[in-house]
Formats: sequence, C-alpha cells, structure tokens
Amino acid sequence: MNLELQGITKRFGSLVANDHIDLSVSTGTIHALLGENGAGKTTLMNILYGLTQPDEGTILADGQPLTVHSPKDAIAAGIGMVHQHFMLVPVFTVAENVTLGDEQTRPLGLLDRRRMRRKVRELSERYGLRVEPDALTEDLPVGVQQRVEILKALVRDAQVLILDEPTAVLTPGETEDLFRIMRELRESGRAIVFISHKLKEVQAIADTITILRRGRVVGERPPDTSEDELAALMVGRSVQLRVSKTAAKPGRVMLDVRDLVVPAGHEGLPGGEHTAAVNGLSFRVRAGEILGVAGVQGNGQTELCEALMGLLPVASGSVHLNDHDITHATPGGRLRAGIGYVPEDRQQDGLVGSFPISENVVLDTYNQPPYSSGLALNLREIRTTAEARVQEFDIRTQSISAPVETLSGGNQQKVILAREVGRDVRLLLASQPTRGLDVGSIEFVHRRIIEERDRGVAVVLVSSELDEIYALSDRIAIMYEGRFTGFRKPDVPVEELGLLMAGIGGIDTPESGEQDSAEPAAPGAPAPGAPAPEAPAPEVPAPETPATGGPEPGAPELGAPATGAPATAAEPDSPGDDPTVSIRKPT
Amino acid sequence: MSEQAPAPAPAPVPQDDRSSGDSRPPFSRVVLDAVLEGNSVVVTILAIFTAIVLGGLLIAFTNTTVLHAWGNLFSNPGNAIAQAWDAASGAYVAIFEGAIFNPHTVSALFQQKSMSVALHDGALSAVFNPLSETCVQATPLILAGLSVAVAFRAGLFNIGAESQFIGGAILATWLGYGVSLPPVIHVIVCVLGAFVGGAVLGWIVGVLKARTGAHEVIVTIMLNYIMAYLLAYLLSKPSLLEELGANGNLISPNIASNAHLPLLAGTHLRINAGFLLALACAAGVWWLMSRSTLGFEFRTVGANPNAARSAGMSVPRTWIMVMLIAGGLAGLSASTVIQGTDFSLNFQSYGTYGIDAITVALLGRARPGGVVLAALLYGALHAGAPLMQASTGVPVDIVQVIQALIVMFVAAPPLVRAIYRLRAVRAGGTGQVLSKGWRT
Repeated sequence: MNLELQGITKRFGSLVANDHIDLSVSTGTIHALLGENGAGKTTLMNILYGLTQPDEGTILADGQPLTVHSPKDAIAAGIGMVHQHFMLVPVFTVAENVTLGDEQTRPLGLLDRRRMRRKVRELSERYGLRVEPDALTEDLPVGVQQRVEILKALVRDAQVLILDEPTAVLTPGETEDLFRIMRELRESGRAIVFISHKLKEVQAIADTITILRRGRVVGERPPDTSEDELAALMVGRSVQLRVSKTAAKPGRVMLDVRDLVVPAGHEGLPGGEHTAAVNGLSFRVRAGEILGVAGVQGNGQTELCEALMGLLPVASGSVHLNDHDITHATPGGRLRAGIGYVPEDRQQDGLVGSFPISENVVLDTYNQPPYSSGLALNLREIRTTAEARVQEFDIRTQSISAPVETLSGGNQQKVILAREVGRDVRLLLASQPTRGLDVGSIEFVHRRIIEERDRGVAVVLVSSELDEIYALSDRIAIMYEGRFTGFRKPDVPVEELGLLMAGIGGIDTPESGEQDSAEPAAPGAPAPGAPAPEAPAPEVPAPETPATGGPEPGAPELGAPATGAPATAAEPDSPGDDPTVSIRKPT
Repeated sequence: MSEQAPAPAPAPVPQDDRSSGDSRPPFSRVVLDAVLEGNSVVVTILAIFTAIVLGGLLIAFTNTTVLHAWGNLFSNPGNAIAQAWDAASGAYVAIFEGAIFNPHTVSALFQQKSMSVALHDGALSAVFNPLSETCVQATPLILAGLSVAVAFRAGLFNIGAESQFIGGAILATWLGYGVSLPPVIHVIVCVLGAFVGGAVLGWIVGVLKARTGAHEVIVTIMLNYIMAYLLAYLLSKPSLLEELGANGNLISPNIASNAHLPLLAGTHLRINAGFLLALACAAGVWWLMSRSTLGFEFRTVGANPNAARSAGMSVPRTWIMVMLIAGGLAGLSASTVIQGTDFSLNFQSYGTYGIDAITVALLGRARPGGVVLAALLYGALHAGAPLMQASTGVPVDIVQVIQALIVMFVAAPPLVRAIYRLRAVRAGGTGQVLSKGWRT
C-alpha cells in the first residue's frame, strides 16, 4: 500500500505540533522518521493511526482518500502501530494480550485458549520474537513486553507498520532481531515507518529518511548521508557526536565492593529464573575514573545500582565508600555520604512529575541547610539555587515553577543531573543516563559526566548503549547473570564484548547463553559491518550496535584465551598506568 | 498514546521520549488525582450550583401544592411555574435566613426599647445568630476536613476521622470532668488531650501500614466500629464514663465549666473559641504543607513514593507522622464539639463528622483554604436546615440530598463539564493516566 500524507497540520492551542507535513511511504520500503523529542513525529503517526484528528491535510492510500477516525479504521485499512508506551494489559498473559480484539472463539463464544496459544507460538517462531504465551505480562521485562507489542501488530496482518521508537528499550542483540524482522516484512511487500531519534539505527535500516524539526519536514535524505549532516538537520546546529575526553587520572579507591550478593526480585526471560540478581560481584572504582558496566538489560544491573543506593537489601558482601562501610546504610545515609544517583527510570524514581523544578532540584537536600532551618523551608534559597542550576544546565523552561512533567526528557534528565552533581559527591551512579534523550541532550549529559570525572568524582556508568560505554568509559566491566564476566579497556573489539555480554568466553561459561536473548537465533547471517577481529577503529559506515550478535558462538579465534581472566571476578588493578586509553570510534 | 491539551504554561509536547515507559500509579492515586486535579475551581462551583438546582427541583416536586398546580399545567402554566418556584425558593431562602442573615431579626431589633435592653435580651445577638450557627456547625468540619486533607496530600485515605474523633472525645471528656484545674489551663489541657486521643488512633493506623503494609482504608473503617462500640461500652459503666443517674442513657457527666471553650460574642451566641482554633489549625496546616520540611516529605511521598525513597526519605516513617497529625486534627474536632457546644459526651456525639470530613476535604481539593470554605458551606446548610423545616415544612433530609449531589458532581468532573460544555482545562486525571503504558 502506498500511503501519502499531504499538508497534515495539527495544533494544540498555540503549539503547532505538525506544520503542513508532506510524507509519502511506498510499498516495500522502510521509511524512517528522524527528529528530536518534540519534533512532532509521534503526533504525526497518531494522526495516521486514528488516535487524533488533523486540523488540516489529507491522507491518501493508493491514491484514494482515507479517513481514519479511530484505530479501528486504521487497522481495517491495514495500518498497524507499535507504540512507544506499551498498550498492554498487565494482568493478561501474552497470548491474551496478543489476541485482544481479535479473539479466537469456540462455539458458544468461549475463548479458544489453545488456538490463541498456538497462534502466538507460531507467530513468535516465524518472526523470531521469543515469548512464552502463558507468561504474565506484568512480570516480563521491558524488552520482552516490546516483543509482545510487535506481535500484536503482526497478528492483524498490517500492510503498513508504524514503529514508534521501538528500540528504546531493546538490547543490541534484540535490535538486530528487530531489524531482521523489519527486513523480512519489507521483502513481503509491507511498508514500515520507523520513528527514531537514533542516527545509527536509522542509517542501518532505513531506505529513506525524513527529518522533522519543530513540526516541519526539514529534509529527506538517503541512509548513506553523513551522521553529522543528519544530526545538524535534526537539531538545527552542528552537534558534536562524540565528546572528546582527555586521559583519566585516577586517584584513590573510592568505591570498594566485595562479593556482593543481592537476592532476585521477579522472574526474567522465558526459561530462566536467576537465583540471585547480583551473584558475588567484586570491583573497585577510583576517584577520577569512569567504570562502564556493559551488559544486556536484565542481568542484574538494575539490582546492582539499587543495592549500591540502599534501595534493595544486600544478602551478603560489603560496600565501602571512601573507606566507610555503607553496606547497610539507608538511602539517605548514602546520599549524605556522597553518592549521586541518576536512576534508570527518571520519572518513576528520579523526579516528582507534579512538583515544580525548584522542588525537584532539592528533593534530596531539602532538609539540610541552607535549604531549611529546622522545620521551615528556606524558599528563597531554594529558588535562587534552582534558578542558578537552570542557567548552568541550560534547562529549557518558562520558569522554575513549571512542573517537571512538562519538560522534555532531556530537560528532565538535566534537572536530575543538576541535583546530583550540584551536591558535593564522591561517587556518581548513572544508570542509563541518556535513555530516551535526543542528540543534543546526549551530548550535554556525556560532557557533564566527563567533567565530573575530571573533577575527581568516581563514576559508575551502567548503560545498554554500547556507543556510550565506549565513548565514556575508562574501564569496562561486562555483566552477565549477576556476575562480571570480564574487565576490559575501551579498545576491546565489539565482538569480544558481545560474547562477554552473552556470557561466553569469560570467567564463567554457562550453558552457552541460551537463556539470554542477546544471542540471535540465526548465527548464519553475519552482521553488517562486522569488521575483522582485533581491528580497532575501522572506517566502516555501518553502525556497530547490531554487530554483537555477528560471529558464531564459541568462535575460538576471538580471543577466548585473551579473556582468560582468573575464575573469580578479580579485576586488573588500576588502569592509571595506561595514559593512552584509546577511545574506540563507534563508526 | 496520550494527547495533552497544553495548560496555560506553554511547553514542548513532552511525549516523544519516554522510552522506558511510565510506572502505573496505584488505582487509589488515579481516583484521587481525577477528583483533586481534574477539578478546576470553576468546575467545583458549577458542581455546587448544579446540585442546588437539582435540590430545588426535588423540593418543588415533592410539595403537594406544586404537584397539584402542575396537574393543571396546561390550563394554568403560570401558576404551576410560580408554585414550583415559590416552593424551591422558599426553602432556600429559609436556609439562607437560618445560616446567614434573617431580616426579621433586624426589624425585631428596632422594636426594642433601647440598646441596653436589646443587648440584654439577645435581640442584637439574634441578628448574628445565623452566622454564629454556621460557624459553630462548620468548626468541627474544618478540623475533621483538615485531618482527611492532610492524609490525602500524603497519598493516604483517612476514613477513620470518626474513630479519631471518638478517641479525642473520650480523653477530652474524661479530663474535663475527671480532673480539676484552674480556668485557662483546664481548657488547654483538654484540647491537648483531645489531640493526643485522636493522634493515638491515627498512629495505630500509621504503624500498621508501615510495618505490615495494611491498607489504611480497611484499618480505619475497622477502627471506626471498634471505637464506636468502645464508646458505648465506656458510657454504660458508671465506673468509667457514665453519668450517675443517667438511667441507661449513654451519656457522660458534664465537663467542668473551666473546661468550656470561651464564647466569642456573648452568651446568646454559641460561637466559641473553637472556631478560632479551627482557623488557626487551617493556617497551621497550610504552613506545614507548603513551608515546612515535614510537609515537603508528606507531599513527595504522596506524589511519588519511589522518588521519595530514592531521595532518601523514609516512606514508612512519613506515613506514621501523617496519620499521627491527621488523627490529632480529628481529635481536635472532638474537642470543639465537647468543649464548645455539647459539654458532655454521648454515644452518638461523633455524628456524621467522619464521613462529612471526607466530602469536605474532596470539595476543598485537599487544600486548607478550600477545606475551610467547603466546611463553611456545609455548616451553612446544617445551620439553615432547621429553619427551613420549621417555616416551609421541607424535611431537613433535603439538605443531605443536596450534600450528596454536591459530592457526586465533584467526584465526576467530566459530568459537570459535559453539562456545561466546558473544555478540559487540564487533560489530567484518569484518562491520561490510563492511556500511558507502564513498566515492570
């Protein structure tokens, strides 16, 4: 089906979300919509999917005008959408969610659960989206829920599939899976609209890219356009995509973790249940260095951060901050001891959406002078500080009294950073700090983290974005099933990192990582742009993120001997003697 | 995908980037937000207005004269409408005269021989009597409403204002007749005792929630029953609270006159220092919630307990503190009743204060200023109802119907908006929350 959007305009009060947008999507293509947060991509797709009505403009399907009053019309017309925020019923099983609205019934109207389950299993195998049909949706991790969402759209045999930021919650391996599926769908004659703000992915998968900025189309480009040009179109100015950093100068040991064991919370991926979320971790971080924790989401990173913050109890082991034992300290105590925490989910754990910026900036310091004296808050002091921070961090807002939920994701993250690094911290714990942020904000956050490092703060950076890990880390620790499978310098090749992330070739070599979704089911297809092993910084235009799944598992020449670290997670000591930490250019 | 009609503060549409999904707030939070934030002041006022109109219709069409006139609607439409109007307006005028101002009292005043006679006989006071009664009726509602409102702001439902009232009442009454103290001290001791009595009941709820996670709605409702029966029991035992020679009436001895709250405007008017106490508490609650560190904790825990934890606050400790204060405020409401107007405790003293407190808090949108205004409205309705029944024969229960209608409209802002074709000022509340995703 060829879709054409002509002159689509949508206003929310004085805000013009879509400004006379023209877009044509041809059959059998993957069309990317690229733009910063707030550019109007989601609004445009909501119009196409019938969730909202345009103020002006028309939609044509194969030359015929198409009116879409509701998603029902859209689905009937063959348009399917996978939303950025999932539309799943938490208490339903996967099968129930996938067949919701399209239920299979036996005579008398009884639900035919067996057929539903079979259908889900069939589809999940056909497209390689592994899910357990009987798993309870609310127990699944975010990445798996994403798969259910995609299955939902595929079940209804959509001819045009709209994917709204689908990779935001996927690991590199899962992203590669998704791309494979998208290519298959494209070969089968479908059209796919792929909304994203991630340059690399868009370049990897799209046949053509339309860039939106502030509600207008600012250009359409082929995927081999340079990253810098795309970024500049998105943001309106030239953007430094890889922040430069000088070599680290690590000082004394700031964080000392020994044999940390944190009990598990809930069930994980199909087929597995971790016995302990964090299973005997030991590591040290020095002042003035950044330890990047790489790993597929769901291997205990979240639990590690929460245990370090005191939000989860520790079963055994010890945590020392600057030689103080904080293993059993309260979160408040740890904050006072000098930990800054940028949580993974900024809206759930980091901010109070309905509170103004000024109150969020003092969320953890409100009861200390100068922000309070005794029981009374010192409002003027709070206001002054908030205004100073807004200036310093360039937070775009009308006033400091604006509720933070009205800010864009990037600005919200800046509020959190302003709060955490505004205090005198010794250790900065940053978990997925640039998740969901646009290019400009990512640049800011990265620069700020490096600044903190240069000021002597020890930084633990947990991220599932390998680009970020490579760009910022002075040392990389790879986490798998609650343990560190290895410590590497940032010049480690991606493939090796990928294997370690999958639990292969490291200290422990568990059951070939079949429990882990990072390994794609099809080892036959070499990933695009997989460079020759051991070759640092190749000039390969393809993105590196999907490359982790490339080589066959267990390929011995990828340096299994090189990763032969001792059986315990004893890390190599002090990278301080390596002044030329080479920063791998993530293509 | 949620759409957001922007509020007056222009901001970029923030939807596009929340990649990790939002957590789903608990259902109780959803309901609370829908009522408290889905209402603008306009909607609240319209809700009241609509309830009054509907109440008027009810008054008119349960009146036999009106019904008779409407039987002849087509032959004499003017009469039918006039009758209906007279019935409804008569009732509301009576309420107004009973609650705010009665012109007859002024003419009666001018018939007095002289000013001193007027003062002595209470003719002057009679002019202010409606207002005084309104304030008297509003006083316990202000305090009990504050109790519920404080808890709301911290994310807790305090359905137990009744049990906290009883707790405060028992202690205040016992201190009132059981000990003997000089004038001012006695009053203060009893008031503090009432606070403590209520606070203990609140503390129980807080501790249970903090230690075991027991939902405060269930615990408070259970405590309501427990305290009501405990009160009846205590009042039936002469060794405990019973008035000697009460002949089985479950009533306590009168409290000492030293423990009475001082009257504010002479002996003919019932308005007493309890009203000032209530206003002072409203100011105190305002200061607590918006200017103090403790209030900041309360609000943060109420708005986002996860962020509160990550910021180092102790959520269980906050719950205990909130319920302590809420219980104390409800206990104070008992003090104003026992020491202000009743001077003794009987097994029904708690009346409907516990439930009315909830509606007053909702109507006042959990803000101290709103609670005071809402309590005054309800106080006015309660004060005016007897005169309405006396002069027009409309039963006082109509007032309860009006109150119930107000609550219904306030709890369903979309209904009011639909009736008056208002656009949603904020797309907040249930709709937006339910259209977001969540994450595990």
